[in-house]
Amino acid sequence: MKKALFTISVYSENNIGLLNRISGIFLKRHINIESLNVSKSEIDGVSKFTIVSFTTEEWTRKIVQQIEKQIEVIKAFYHTDEETIFQESALFKISSNLLFDERQIQNIIKENHSTIVTVAREFFVISKTGRRSEVDHMYDQLKPYGIMQFVRSGRISVTKDVMGITALLNGTKEAE
Amino acid sequence: METLKIKKVAPTKKQPKMRISGAEAIIHCLLAEGVDLLYGYPGGAIMPVYDELYRFQDKLTHILARHEQGATHAAQGYARVTGKVGVAMATSGPGATNLVTGLADAQIDSTPIVCITGQVARHLLGSDAFQETDIIGISTPVTKWNIQVTQASEIPEALAKAFYIARSGRPGPVLVDITKNAQFDKFDFSYEKCTYVRSYNPYPTPNNKAIEAAAELINSAKKPFIVWGQGIILGKAEKQLKALVEKAGIPAAWTIMGVSALDTNHPLNVGMVGMHGNYGPNILTNECDLLIAIGMRFDDRVTGNLDTYAKQAKIIHFEIDPAEINKNVHADVAVLGNSKDTLELLLPHIKENHHEAWQTIFKEKYKIEFDTVIKDDIHPTKPGLTMGEVIEEINIASGNKAVIVSDVGQHQMIACRYAKFNQTKSNITSGGLGTMGFALPAAIGAKMGAMEREVVAIIGDGGYQMTIQELGIIMQHQVPVKIVVLNNDHLGMVRQWQELFFEKRYASTVMVNPDFVKIAEGYSIEAKRVSERKDLKKTIEEMMASDKPYFLEVKVEQEDNVFPMIPSGASVSDIRLK
Repeated sequence: MKKALFTISVYSENNIGLLNRISGIFLKRHINIESLNVSKSEIDGVSKFTIVSFTTEEWTRKIVQQIEKQIEVIKAFYHTDEETIFQESALFKISSNLLFDERQIQNIIKENHSTIVTVAREFFVISKTGRRSEVDHMYDQLKPYGIMQFVRSGRISVTKDVMGITALLNGTKEAE
Repeated sequence: METLKIKKVAPTKKQPKMRISGAEAIIHCLLAEGVDLLYGYPGGAIMPVYDELYRFQDKLTHILARHEQGATHAAQGYARVTGKVGVAMATSGPGATNLVTGLADAQIDSTPIVCITGQVARHLLGSDAFQETDIIGISTPVTKWNIQVTQASEIPEALAKAFYIARSGRPGPVLVDITKNAQFDKFDFSYEKCTYVRSYNPYPTPNNKAIEAAAELINSAKKPFIVWGQGIILGKAEKQLKALVEKAGIPAAWTIMGVSALDTNHPLNVGMVGMHGNYGPNILTNECDLLIAIGMRFDDRVTGNLDTYAKQAKIIHFEIDPAEINKNVHADVAVLGNSKDTLELLLPHIKENHHEAWQTIFKEKYKIEFDTVIKDDIHPTKPGLTMGEVIEEINIASGNKAVIVSDVGQHQMIACRYAKFNQTKSNITSGGLGTMGFALPAAIGAKMGAMEREVVAIIGDGGYQMTIQELGIIMQHQVPVKIVVLNNDHLGMVRQWQELFFEKRYASTVMVNPDFVKIAEGYSIEAKRVSERKDLKKTIEEMMASDKPYFLEVKVEQEDNVFPMIPSGASVSDIRLK
């Protein structure tokens, strides 16, 4: 079976230790997590994990089944890139001299639709939001001039279809 | 010496509010959950709870294990024989880490236990304090749920949730880690049982369409075959299984976790599947046209090579845990839900049938296996004693009524193959994890959970020595379990693999054993050794007639092998009879 990037979304209670439980499911199957982001979700008190992994759809399905089995997980889904709207954020720290000495730097900032977050005497910081490939492209362009620091966030994504977590939470409550 | 008395206390529904310590609250929580017996080992970080156990000893019996692992296996044995939640307790650090094997065993065999561990005081967490260990981190992969409690007021809710999660749905182990300050601090205690966790759906609602699709496949099948597992016992669906088997006339086989759910002598009980299972059910797995799996999880020891497992058959999977569906074997129809509910919904749709020709094939295969394997196992003509004949004598002496608790290895396979059962919850063994050392403490727990039943532990000379110290419980409380060590002076199963697959290089499988009879006598347990066939029957009769703890060592053939056998990674069709 072909490997691909899959985005796993997990809606859960906000509890200590759940991250450990979820990462353990990947660890046990020797599957690497490409990126991980945890934040609050659209529902009060419910956390959302966004996990990207590069594996087969079959393994992704089994992992999602195991994640959903965890007591504090409300619901887990997986999606392909085509089924989600997703992006990452990156920060580049560049020496301030370059901004004045290298005209090309300004073009790179403009062409990539990135923004300058801060300018200090020694350095300035550029923020770029977009797909992994776009961030990588900008990285490649800046690399020859010297990058002092670089950091990229995990993927955040929303799905094109309806998740229905609130209904699910209400449903299970009513069922009880 | 104390005599064992387990007090039966009616569970208290709801406690009135009272200002008590966290430690005392733990006792009230246990009583409210109907716990009358727990196993454990005291130590620094759990001492406040032990102090309360001392005060409440008229209501709650604490059994001192000799090692925390023994406490977990005893709790498992108790849970498996009663269907209730077993409880084990330990201190922080090494006490807690010693629980891990029992937790892992309970996790893979879906056994409801709650383990309570003491933890260093909250202000010391993360400081590498004396006997501090991250037991939450360590136990996460081997628990259904775990939680650390750092405030007294959190104790009732945590324990209520722990018991609910352990026993509901697909059962499993839960660990509650309680810091020492939370045990000392006082708070206004009240207790409410947990009946609902919003993110947890223990019993999926059966889908009528799936039930109807399953019924249609069953009604139209020419060669249907049932394989059931522990899900029948955990779901209390023994009657429904029997009704299905009889109404549809379907030959039914079991995994070792499911064995006692249907009488061994039932004409449609065709035996055991898996690596050392019976010839017919294994080989006919690849000849049936419909495989009906009920409450089992297609373990690799059951399926052998998945690429050649029941490929010709449609597969129906009755299962409570959605994560098991399509995990190892693709199900054409998956019926989610508690086995009792789903089978009850299924039964009215099932047409009466007989499948006589198909049943006859199982009988023919049994004949082949009987002539080549079973006859020599249970009625041997060679001078040396076999494990099989010992089990057969126990069947005869107990009238197939005993609870058989087996350890792990050759004797376990022989015990599961040849022990006969006529009531449920009677075969207790470490199936999924294969934990050597399981049987002795599990047998103690089983006996204490079912004092009216005969409990016989069948153990190899290797596994016996892994938890032999639990003879101390038997001595201290006069627990009348029968311990049978089938001694071949080898780690028999590993030796068998070395013989068959490693060109007889017997690396570290020869055991130089102590005098087991003397050791048992050292614990004041009546003990006998049998080395000759002429003494076997009468000694087993003597053992079964005794109302006291009894130890029996049987010196069996050193280099016997267990057959049939599906070599690791081979197809169920490639089962070897010799």
